[in-house]
Amino acid sequence: MSSQKKESQRQMYRHIYVERDAEGIAWLSFDQADSSANVLTAEMFIDLDAALDDIIKDPPAGLVFLSAKKSGFIAGADVNAFARIDTEVQVKELIETGQSMFYRIEALAVPTVALIHGFCLGGGLELSLACDYRIVCEDESARIGLPEVLLGIHPGFGGCVRLIRLIGVLKAMPLMLTGRSLDARRAQRMGVVDQVVPRRHIKTAAIKMINKKAALKHKGFLGRLSNIIFVRTLIAKIIRKQTAAKVSKEHYPAPFALIDLWEQKGGNDVVMMKGEADSIAKLFMHPTAKRLVRVFGLQEKLKGLGASKKSDFEPKHVHVIGAGVMGGDIAAWCALKGMRVTLQDREPQYIGPAIKRANKLFTRRLKNKYERQAAVDRLIPDHKGLGVEHADVVIEAIIENLDAKISLYKNIEPRLKENAVMATNTSSIPLEILAEQLEQPSRLIGLHFFNPVAKMQLVEVIRSDVSGEKELQNGMSFTRAIDRLPLPAKSSPGFLVNRILLPYLLEAVELLDEGVPATIIDKVALDFGMPMGPIHLADTVGLDICQSVAKILSDSLGMHMPSLLAVMLEEGRLGVKSGRGFYTYKKGKPVAEKGKNESLLSEQEVQDRMILRLLNECVACLREGIVTEAALLDAGMIFGTGFAPFRGGPIHYLEDRGISEIRQELEQHEKQYGKRFAPDPAWKDLHGYL
Amino acid sequence: MTTRKPKKRPVYIVDGARSPFLRARGRPGKFVAADLALKSAQPLMLRQPFEAEQLDEVILGCVMPAPTEANIARIVSLRLGCGDHVPAWTVQRNCGSGMQAVDSAFRNIADGDSEIILAGGVEAMSHAPIMLNSQMVNFLSDLNMARSIPKKLAVLSSLRPGHLKPVIALILGLTDSVVGLSMGRTAEILAHRFDISREEMDAYAARSHQRLAAAHESGNMDEIEVIYDEKGNIYDTDDGVRPDSNPEALAKLRAVFDRQHGLVTAGNSAQVSDGASWLLLASEAAVEKHQLQPLGRIVDCTWVGLSPSQMGLGPAYASSALMKNNKLDIAEIDYWEINEAFATQVLACERAMADKEFCKNELGRRNEIGEIEAERLNIDGGGISLGHPVGASGARIVFHLLKTLQRTNTQRGIASLCIGGGQGGAMLLENINV
Repeated sequence: MSSQKKESQRQMYRHIYVERDAEGIAWLSFDQADSSANVLTAEMFIDLDAALDDIIKDPPAGLVFLSAKKSGFIAGADVNAFARIDTEVQVKELIETGQSMFYRIEALAVPTVALIHGFCLGGGLELSLACDYRIVCEDESARIGLPEVLLGIHPGFGGCVRLIRLIGVLKAMPLMLTGRSLDARRAQRMGVVDQVVPRRHIKTAAIKMINKKAALKHKGFLGRLSNIIFVRTLIAKIIRKQTAAKVSKEHYPAPFALIDLWEQKGGNDVVMMKGEADSIAKLFMHPTAKRLVRVFGLQEKLKGLGASKKSDFEPKHVHVIGAGVMGGDIAAWCALKGMRVTLQDREPQYIGPAIKRANKLFTRRLKNKYERQAAVDRLIPDHKGLGVEHADVVIEAIIENLDAKISLYKNIEPRLKENAVMATNTSSIPLEILAEQLEQPSRLIGLHFFNPVAKMQLVEVIRSDVSGEKELQNGMSFTRAIDRLPLPAKSSPGFLVNRILLPYLLEAVELLDEGVPATIIDKVALDFGMPMGPIHLADTVGLDICQSVAKILSDSLGMHMPSLLAVMLEEGRLGVKSGRGFYTYKKGKPVAEKGKNESLLSEQEVQDRMILRLLNECVACLREGIVTEAALLDAGMIFGTGFAPFRGGPIHYLEDRGISEIRQELEQHEKQYGKRFAPDPAWKDLHGYL
Repeated sequence: MTTRKPKKRPVYIVDGARSPFLRARGRPGKFVAADLALKSAQPLMLRQPFEAEQLDEVILGCVMPAPTEANIARIVSLRLGCGDHVPAWTVQRNCGSGMQAVDSAFRNIADGDSEIILAGGVEAMSHAPIMLNSQMVNFLSDLNMARSIPKKLAVLSSLRPGHLKPVIALILGLTDSVVGLSMGRTAEILAHRFDISREEMDAYAARSHQRLAAAHESGNMDEIEVIYDEKGNIYDTDDGVRPDSNPEALAKLRAVFDRQHGLVTAGNSAQVSDGASWLLLASEAAVEKHQLQPLGRIVDCTWVGLSPSQMGLGPAYASSALMKNNKLDIAEIDYWEINEAFATQVLACERAMADKEFCKNELGRRNEIGEIEAERLNIDGGGISLGHPVGASGARIVFHLLKTLQRTNTQRGIASLCIGGGQGGAMLLENINV
């Protein structure tokens, strides 16, 4: 009865419904049709416009915005629509729609409240900022922030203006410049939201707030001071300097545009709002935004590959064998992400160090002591290997020794649960050789994690010729379940990421051998947009590991090993871990020695030589079908190595630079430096692979 | 004395596990009680072909859980992954707590109320709290009540050094609050009554250490689960053992309870320790369902009361009753575990059972029970060498006795202990694999 009555009071729109309660408060719920999350699409704006019209016609006692979705409030603007925008005019249209809509909300005469749970990002937070009050549901899922900068733009629906007005530039700017999101408590501490309350009180809190009409919060004295023009100039200078230390303006214009916007127009809300629209229109047309939107799409694509709806596999228990750096860190990560984990090694003494590292990770990542304790409890040291029988996923990460692996597999295979995924983290032994030792060869897949596990999002999910489809899908679902990005790749030396990275690293060593100082080699790589220079990277990975990977690849792919590497290893220079590799390290930091460039190569030529080899290897991988499409290759390199995201991935980059141009450059290099630059046969008909 | 009707269903012990027993070293140890219980239960559950959610109950004995460990059994069961729906409860019968937990599980399965129960005992004695004395509590209360600054100052000025004298919970816990005797003094009383010399006590203590050291060496203590602290340090053995212990060195120690004329020293008493021990009990149906391989079965368990001032004789009374109930005489018992609270207390029990007068007058028997051969009693050491984490020991001796019966391929054993406050408990175990 009562629910029917309620139903009749509902004003329905397609993606929104509004209910009025006995006290005359209107509750506007976002409920995007055919979706598990709310996104500010054009249709959503149309509904919102209509709903606001109706509200203004018959003003309620108060207006509460909330979401009918479990996943959260509003996940942001419609990023997919971004890809369809071609002109500045279109951008301005979109921005003005949003700005005027949110201005209508701000201008409403009745008190407005945003009731937030889960995701409240980008446009979602901008909408909340246009409300008088914000209340957040107190649970772990709340993510509140303005991540626009990660897409190469900045907030555009008045978010820059309103967030700075609310919490002051000193707190607002870092949030917008880094794009990081806040949990409920941090959002409250920073003043972004007014209250954090348990779910059971969230509606009561909204009603009380409306009835009380609490005074609106404003930034304090410091906030007001920071808006005076000459103070603004000073602060902008400092922030700009800090930002430049992290990213270059040329590659990532958005953060700098945001600082400029505030410095020049921060004194006047109306002017700044207009400036916001102008600035974002420009940014939108910059190639960086387009590519970052593409990267976002690639990430969604990888996530989709492991989406839980694709399989009924629900992994709960992971058994990791081998408590070395990789095995131990994989185990810790899985436990952090909610799996029960048993960690096996030959003796307890080998497991101890992994437990120590795991506890450090838990302490860093989990601030709530009960969650921390739960993570500690989930990670069970298990030198007897008792976890095998209980595991949904078994990950082998022992030494790269065929006999050792075979005898281990013989031992564990008969004990596995029926549907358990059996995975190896090997990077040097072909999966087929391992699989043929099993009673059921189809159950073996590779799960190739990257070091450090807690930082590297990518996991290569490796299939051999005999791997089962179900096993592969389960491997990808598992990868998503531990919040990593699965990249399906074929079993082949180096798989995708290491294989492409290696020629680039080897070329760097060649250049070093030719007298180019390490600092210059690393600098040009950083200039290109790599997260770390190749020489520093080689030292970090460990030169012994580089050599063993290189050896496998050079055997099968005919890559030439620079002699310098062998010399270094003979001298015991292993990289960061031995305190000395190509650089000398003090407390893990390289001691910069500025060398003189004794070669005749220009910086551009140094960069080209490394990048060309990398691109050539990318093409070879496409030809061999290591991944099934170019987009996956780009995704793998971006999320597995941090390959300059603003370039949209290596394949995207080579398309931008021109396929035939690069091929010609390779041919020239081949003439000058030998056949390691010989263009892969696939360059000729590369379009067929794209 | 509690008497039992014949039990309806057989009850099996299918597995067990314990933490290393870690000697208290004057400051809180690395693990709180719940951690010890959890970390030793995890491998035990991993060995089973079923998950923790399939347990019917978790019962844990603990004398002095931390203030954050109310109903510690429930805390451990949830952290172990038993889920919301497995009930868990904590039992307390002082030093008998661990055995009480096993007995409670035994009863519930025998009566048909449960099929599989995880039962054990735990104690982190090094974590026993140090409390404010009542003067200090009153002072703080007064301070809190004083509303004005002058009144607060007046209260503050009443603070005296005596306020700061702490109350040590462990000492209180080990003192009988009816007769006002520390446990050590009840041991002195037994030494006097049964005319046990310091030399005999020290010899017994030294032997306990030697036996435990030998057991560690030979693998007879493979029941210990390795546990890890947050720094990755490994704890895989009972660290209170002194393999080089000898009567001469022990003779140099001073009496700690009757300081002037006494005989009981730290060396011939049980060590204060942290530890946990578990047993997994199952009905016949559960054994079949999960294809478990029982170590043995619990035949019976008896509890008795006696004078608090002679509490150490508990095992003599309890074992006597147990043997009577089951119509057994001493020759039919292959091995004994009598918890070593004090060397003199174990020796007193032996003498009492071998003494015709005592057995007639105190135990209502016609004749003496008889002598327990040294090679059948506490053959792998006990509380003196291993430590006696009070809540845990009862479960440990039951577990270890079963392991001994298995190893020696013998049939029957009694595990018994004395209980502060004047009680005794004894459990009769049978190896079903002989």
